[in-house]
Amino acid sequence: MTDTRKPVENMLTDYDIFEPSFIANPYPGYSEIRESECPIAHTDRYEGSWLPTRYEDVVAIAQEYEVFTSRGILVMPPPPGQAEGAYGGVAAPPITSDPPDHHWHRRLILPVFAPQAVAKYEQSTRDLCNALIDEFIDKGTADAAADYAQHIPVRVISNMLGVPLDMEDTFTGWVRGVLENMHDVELRKRSRLAIIEYFLAQVEDRKKNPRENDLISELMNTEVDGKKVPIEYVLGVCNLMLVAGIDTTWSAIGSVMWHMAQHPEHRKQLRENDDLWPTAIEELLRVYAPVTMARIVDRDIEFQGCPMKAGDRVLMAFPAANRDPRQFENPDEVILDREHNRHVAFGSGIHRCAGSNLARLEVRVALQTWLARIPEFELVDPATVTWAGGQVHGPRSCMVKF
Amino acid sequence: MKVSVDMGACHGHQMCAIAAPEVFGSDELGNAKVLITGDLPPELEAKARRAESNCPERAIVIS
Repeated sequence: MTDTRKPVENMLTDYDIFEPSFIANPYPGYSEIRESECPIAHTDRYEGSWLPTRYEDVVAIAQEYEVFTSRGILVMPPPPGQAEGAYGGVAAPPITSDPPDHHWHRRLILPVFAPQAVAKYEQSTRDLCNALIDEFIDKGTADAAADYAQHIPVRVISNMLGVPLDMEDTFTGWVRGVLENMHDVELRKRSRLAIIEYFLAQVEDRKKNPRENDLISELMNTEVDGKKVPIEYVLGVCNLMLVAGIDTTWSAIGSVMWHMAQHPEHRKQLRENDDLWPTAIEELLRVYAPVTMARIVDRDIEFQGCPMKAGDRVLMAFPAANRDPRQFENPDEVILDREHNRHVAFGSGIHRCAGSNLARLEVRVALQTWLARIPEFELVDPATVTWAGGQVHGPRSCMVKF
Repeated sequence: MKVSVDMGACHGHQMCAIAAPEVFGSDELGNAKVLITGDLPPELEAKARRAESNCPERAIVIS
């Protein structure tokens, strides 16, 4: 598709979340909007959206789920006709659900992602990180995004779902098709259908050959009010696991690697103080929060002076909220022992990222394993780092040498 | 000092358990669970305050 993008003249009235320099580094743009007289910007691009940038506004929108609904959660409208056809009813519960269904949609998966439940994936995550490092450690150079970060969440998720690891590259391609190449409507539709058809086949296979100990089987056997949950729910959760669990965490790990490559003092701090890790991971999640989620306005309202209409799209820029100086001292600075850190990298309210404990574990283990084996490393050339952005922000290529 | 959690406000961020793992844990759903229901030992008070100030839902009540 040809890029027919016109230059952005005014961030407050014409922002473009897919503009290449904004994708690479969105923080100056967020700051410009946040510190203006109009901290909730608007654009007519991509069928229009609002962009709140202050912590307080982003959190208020996340909390007000009756006004700001989850009928649409992606930063661009869905491809035309997606809600029709055989799989039109398959969404990504509970992220796409509103109350009252949201309650059971979320209740069923929360135990799977509680801290004590995800702890059992720590050793296998460490093993897979070590296996990835084995591949490049003797070369003295690696792409910390494409050779390392990219492979970690997809393998963890495949393991949880109980699907073959050799699907890794295919899954990654589908997820990028849905989340990263949003202008290519046909690719988005094709990627979404491929995900649903793949998991439909997995469900059919489990009906013939029942298995234990994988999430797909557990979901299929789950009952609500004495009835098996509908197939749309099972497929929807599988869709969620891929779309919400892969690109996001991979982006966070990649950003953390990019940061650490440039900050030997932070590597040293972590090496010398084991107790620092929990706070440090929260701080890195605050500064490099990868995800922006959207909401659809339910009814005409005025929010902070903005005339929002029913059906309008609102982008909850958690990365912008997490760098609001009203909430965080020296917000652009990474302070590994930051004491007050009420960050919203995982959102706020009833849609708090269900996989947050797993994401934390993956980010921590990925960084710990790398630093144990490659304590000193640096960027080959900062200018060659490439980024994805819009819905999910993180490096896609990040060459380091050691 | 005593701590409790407003379970209507808690959405399971687990940031209290990260700030004060001796005081807060996780229930089956990953929501906050208070591990010390009586008076906190004085040496945990600062950590409990930190948990309060790190909760994105402001669900932690200190009395």
